[in-house]
Amino acid sequence: MALYLGNARLIDPEAGTVTTGGVMLDKGRIVSVGAPPPDVVEQIDCAGACLAPGIVDIGVKVCEPGERHKESFRSAGLAAAAGGVTTMVTRPDTDPAIDTPEILEFVTRRARDAARVNIRHMAALTKGRAGREMVEISFLLDAGAIAFSDCDHVVTDTKVLTRAMTYARSLGALVIGHPQEPGLSLGAAATAGKFASLKGLPHVSPMAERIGLDRDIGLVEMTGVRYHADQITTARALPPLARAKANGLDVTAGVSIHHLTLNEFDVGDYRTFFKVKPPLRSEDDRKAMVEAVADGLIDVISSMHTPQDEESKRLPFDEAASGAVALETLLPAALRLFHSGELTLPQLFRALSLNPARRLGLDAGRLAPGAPADLVVFDPDAPFVLDRFALRSKSKNTPFDGARMQGKVRMTLVAGEIVHGMTADA
Amino acid sequence: MIFGQDHLLGIEPLHPDEIRSLLDLADRYAEQNRSGQRPDPVLAGLTQINMFFENSTRTQASFELAGKRLGADVMNMGVATSSVKKGETLIDTALTLNAMRPDLLVVRHGSSGAVNLLASKVNCAVLNAGDGRHEHPTQALLDALTIRRAKGRLHRLTVAICGDIAHSRVARSNIHLLGKMENRVRLIGPPTLLPPGAVDWGVEVFDDMAEGLAGADVVMMLRLQKERMDGGFIPSEREYFHRFGLDAEKLAKARDDAIVMHPGPMNRGVEIDGTIADDINRSVIQEQVEMGVAVRMAAMDLLARNLKARNTPRRVMV
Repeated sequence: MALYLGNARLIDPEAGTVTTGGVMLDKGRIVSVGAPPPDVVEQIDCAGACLAPGIVDIGVKVCEPGERHKESFRSAGLAAAAGGVTTMVTRPDTDPAIDTPEILEFVTRRARDAARVNIRHMAALTKGRAGREMVEISFLLDAGAIAFSDCDHVVTDTKVLTRAMTYARSLGALVIGHPQEPGLSLGAAATAGKFASLKGLPHVSPMAERIGLDRDIGLVEMTGVRYHADQITTARALPPLARAKANGLDVTAGVSIHHLTLNEFDVGDYRTFFKVKPPLRSEDDRKAMVEAVADGLIDVISSMHTPQDEESKRLPFDEAASGAVALETLLPAALRLFHSGELTLPQLFRALSLNPARRLGLDAGRLAPGAPADLVVFDPDAPFVLDRFALRSKSKNTPFDGARMQGKVRMTLVAGEIVHGMTADA
Repeated sequence: MIFGQDHLLGIEPLHPDEIRSLLDLADRYAEQNRSGQRPDPVLAGLTQINMFFENSTRTQASFELAGKRLGADVMNMGVATSSVKKGETLIDTALTLNAMRPDLLVVRHGSSGAVNLLASKVNCAVLNAGDGRHEHPTQALLDALTIRRAKGRLHRLTVAICGDIAHSRVARSNIHLLGKMENRVRLIGPPTLLPPGAVDWGVEVFDDMAEGLAGADVVMMLRLQKERMDGGFIPSEREYFHRFGLDAEKLAKARDDAIVMHPGPMNRGVEIDGTIADDINRSVIQEQVEMGVAVRMAAMDLLARNLKARNTPRRVMV
């Protein structure tokens, strides 16, 4: 069924432009961009709202299997649709870890039955994310694994990692690393500095991230594997990243929305909803990350959606669980960077949609004829105060509770189907 | 008298005038204690619960004595006898205790911020008896009272805090307090025991005792917290004593009338030479213990007054 979305500000991250017009959709794909509609088709007036390729979010934790009370594919799917995320790429740090084709088939089936947005899955790189034996990379690729990662369990045995990377390279698989020197970061709950020291929190030097990245880049050079760093959050890690790219290594990097919009002081009086991994950084680091996204050194912004129940957060700070939910707050938080003049809308969607899709070899993330009709329509200026209990995620652990935000998703489409919103006050 | 706090969670939230008020009252209690006079039982009818998630004989005894001198009903809840060992969360423990309607809750916990968390869940006044590496406010207050009595003032003094600063909540509370009262604070210790970012605290940092002690009015030694050393922070105790232990030779760099303090318990021969600790002309370590009771009496007295003021319904004029 053909559909025309008109009177929109079209954000094209490929061309880097914002134009006024509409898009024509048919059979789940974009047919034309900018052309006026034929009279016969169904039309939706976007009333001047922005229209962009839907967000491709690398690194969402859906707590199936293992902890469905924290987040299910159903609740995550609703949250994603409400947040303008049209493709979720899930993390394998579940319990048990997604490390066999059988478990991957289980989650693939659950995801297909329960959610209306696109869901792709990462698999663990080593069995049980224990860092000792590599998983069945080939079988997992056949079963649909889109990338391989042990998430925050850094593979400390360099020999194991080297072999896994070498094997992955022969199959063209993407390995996603978590750059961190675990010996330094063990037990840390904050970034080393005046604030963490005064608050008496166990802390880690930002240097731990650079040391981890340096090692990984060395191994990428050695093995030739395709590598993506899940989160680069400190200014010190940027020069080695830039060098690796300049040397032609197949390396990309991401950053979480929280490290772009919050800093270490937000923890304030031991507020555990601000405990994330790696810990929030200094304001200088935050600014450096925003700049790195602007100039393309950091390729991808992701939510690092990590649901935690109330019990695991209602603890003393160093005992509390890490992580924050972010599927629904990703876009309004990212728009803070637009409203502050730090990033343009095309720059934002390059990092939210285009680059992650490209890196994963997905067709999505573009606003061009032939691309899938995975789209988000949003009003970047609409103000609201976030109420965490209004979130669709089962877990409500957002650092933005009570925050004043700007930017509401009006409508989300996946393969041309409206999966969220449509009315003016959706 | 100015004291507007509902809890005593740390020195950081206190105004200098609140510190002065508390010390003035503590001074009066110290005199009464010394003269053997019974103070007014201002805490009579109030229940004080001491909840120590970390073992401490001295601090717990000091709080208990302070409460009893002022007439409170004091109950000690040791961690070994509590349900925390059975997996109860801190908040559930707090709610359970809260249901027993205590008036004063004295808490020590191994995690920074744990006492703040607990205070947010209960209706009574909470006193922090030490949380992780964060704060130990009554220790800083008793140190301040000791200094004020020995030196005649609590401003424009040069105070050297020496030893394991990184793991010390005593150091943090003292840095806040001495800074608020406009003193010069120096931190001295091996770089592995100095917290990162300490130079941004408005203090001077030294890793040489002779240099750091030069001209100091007060020398505050810290306990080398062996139980918190989960890796080699120092090569050996004897090398530590050689470089950072307070002996007569190092103390000679400080002012002739400099006083020596230690929060206890002491490791003689590790951070402090026994003869200095026992030198009644220099060491005020016993006086610190004495002032501890007085300061805790004052703190609980002031908090109880605020508690009463908060809970008394305003009288309606007819």
